[in-house]
Amino acid sequence: MTTTTIKDHATAAAAFIKDEPRTDWHDDTLWFVRQKRDKAAHSLPEWEQLRNWASQIKNHSLSNLDNYLIEFEAKATANGIKVHWAANAEEHNRIIYNIIAANGINKIVKSKSMLTEECHLNPYLQQQGIEVVDTDLGERIVQLRNEPPSHIVLPAIHLKKQDVSETFHEHLHTEKGNNDPQYLTEAARHHLREKFLISNLAITGVNFAVAETGGFVVCTNEGNADMGAHAAKIHIACMGFEKIIPKAEHLGVFLRLLARSATGQPITTYSSHFQKPREGQEMHIVIVDNGRSKQLGRPDFRNSLKCIRCAACFNTCPVYRRSGGHSYHTAVAGPIGSILNPNLDMKANADLPFASTLCGSCSNVCPVKIDIHDQLWKWRQVVVAEGYVATSKKWGMKGMAFVLANPSIYRISGKIGRWVMRTFPFLTNNKTFNPWYKQREMPTPPKQSFTEWYKNNK
Amino acid sequence: MRVGLFVPCYIDQFYPQVGIATLQLLEKLGCEVGFPLNQTCCGQPMANSGFAAISKGCDKNFIQNFAGFDYIVGPSGSCVLHLKEHLHESNLSPTATPINKKVFELTEFLVDILKIDALPANFPHKVGLHVSCHGQRGLGLSSMTELVAPSFSKPEKLLSLVKGLDLQMPVRRDECCGFGGTFCVFEEAVSVKMGKDRVEEHAHNDVEFITGVDVSCLMHLEGILKRNNSKIKTLHIAEILNSNWE
Repeated sequence: MTTTTIKDHATAAAAFIKDEPRTDWHDDTLWFVRQKRDKAAHSLPEWEQLRNWASQIKNHSLSNLDNYLIEFEAKATANGIKVHWAANAEEHNRIIYNIIAANGINKIVKSKSMLTEECHLNPYLQQQGIEVVDTDLGERIVQLRNEPPSHIVLPAIHLKKQDVSETFHEHLHTEKGNNDPQYLTEAARHHLREKFLISNLAITGVNFAVAETGGFVVCTNEGNADMGAHAAKIHIACMGFEKIIPKAEHLGVFLRLLARSATGQPITTYSSHFQKPREGQEMHIVIVDNGRSKQLGRPDFRNSLKCIRCAACFNTCPVYRRSGGHSYHTAVAGPIGSILNPNLDMKANADLPFASTLCGSCSNVCPVKIDIHDQLWKWRQVVVAEGYVATSKKWGMKGMAFVLANPSIYRISGKIGRWVMRTFPFLTNNKTFNPWYKQREMPTPPKQSFTEWYKNNK
Repeated sequence: MRVGLFVPCYIDQFYPQVGIATLQLLEKLGCEVGFPLNQTCCGQPMANSGFAAISKGCDKNFIQNFAGFDYIVGPSGSCVLHLKEHLHESNLSPTATPINKKVFELTEFLVDILKIDALPANFPHKVGLHVSCHGQRGLGLSSMTELVAPSFSKPEKLLSLVKGLDLQMPVRRDECCGFGGTFCVFEEAVSVKMGKDRVEEHAHNDVEFITGVDVSCLMHLEGILKRNNSKIKTLHIAEILNSNWE
């Protein structure tokens, strides 16, 4: 049934790991971020209390989403913001295109928004002849390379400074071989300044939309959302509908958790509050569903919508660190992506719930206490029940379940199995047919099982 | 106190010495231990692969074998966690204790139920502890580096009672080894890389043995150690706690 054209996670991960020193570097880099997160979390004695509050506020918001969204729309509209509703990615993209086209604009800037990645806005707009420039440094780097981001907070974390230098040399004409981060950042700054100045329209994401005020908050470390929004005549902010929180005071919980969980910073460098358009400016908000209400209707998975996109689960995930974001073949990678994406396209993403050892570290770092690893387990059941599983695996499992449910068959199979392994070791010690044996020895099969020993000795 | 000894299928078949050590240890500590001969598997391999729906036969067989015991103890955090979370009895009388409330992983049974605070065991070796995820994060056998909470460890507490044992912890105290059930074959490359990284940290500490509460993790690490001709051996914690009693 798995007839996807994209490489599945295991295949892509195996390709990633082939370069072992680079894998080690990737793992160490993200582990360093995880350690910074630990340090920041452990500096707050009330950390676990904050996580509880954040989780409860989000649970409450999800249970009262209709009311809060209506309240937000009313307040935002009263503030002079135009509110648009998009049922899916196509509507989201079309709404944005219509605003751009109505104003005769052909160059726009965009700060980081995973929603626009999810909706594939960039290729859509580019097809209409519009120049879209991602202004987050990491996003600009991967955009120039024609790659998707590999991480939702650190989009170019899979690249080394040498890679960036080559990309900038090719596209921004920096000196060949100059890997100095200061030099490269300066080049990006000049390049992006020019884009900010000539752009009449800026797109941003939304980290939090506040129902009681109709305002929203955008967090960046580079100030690029502000540069774009302040320089442009039109500001479009795009949000998944789960970004809503009831009150402004709740920001005191979320902003403390977000940056600490993401990078270990006490707060993001810019937490910008947008309330209403400045004089002469147009401000739009596009509120997007795109599968979210379907996820909200799945009792086992609805609380995945509590996610505030901090990526702490990426950084702690031992599988993510060793397989890279691109192996997840989706806009949002990592453990959270593996519980969000099967909802969007179960067939294409049937491999993702299996790209985990279920170690549980993701759930422990999650600032809004999403039970990520339990949801991975539950998605596995759904994916199999829906038939998105290889036939060989299905029959293997059925055979195993039969043997293990029948004690006498189990005992005789075990005895024969161990005898075969001892007598004909080449049958299991085979790198082609036995993935275990590729890089690991098989356990030594004993003559007696424990049960046999027990019968003889007790 | 009647204790039912649960020896998970792959331990039964490949690591009988772990079953023997667990049995001897419990008996030496005064438990009346029974071993139901028709036990097989907890059902986890199927359930974690998405086939929980077809592992009912294992549930039924487990319940038939272990119904009469006060406690059920097994030397595997992962299998015990599966039973606690996913074993459901259909015809349970309202007054009876559900079987999944009676299942314990060995070290939690020793610390929480038997309240062991002395052991006459001797094991004069340098030992690295691998903290298995399902035991730690699932059963709460020890504190977790992600959480802001007081630190404790049931396995470490027990190992600290063993005479001569020099316990070494890896830098990443509770990173997963990459076994992950069928993950170890379906995601072979990542699984092995994770295991190699664990082994390397322990080797850096110059340990003679790596121990832990889960044979599955140890089997995976052992496979990597042996392939690379390492001198480091793996031992389940029961084998160490049962060593050379005075």
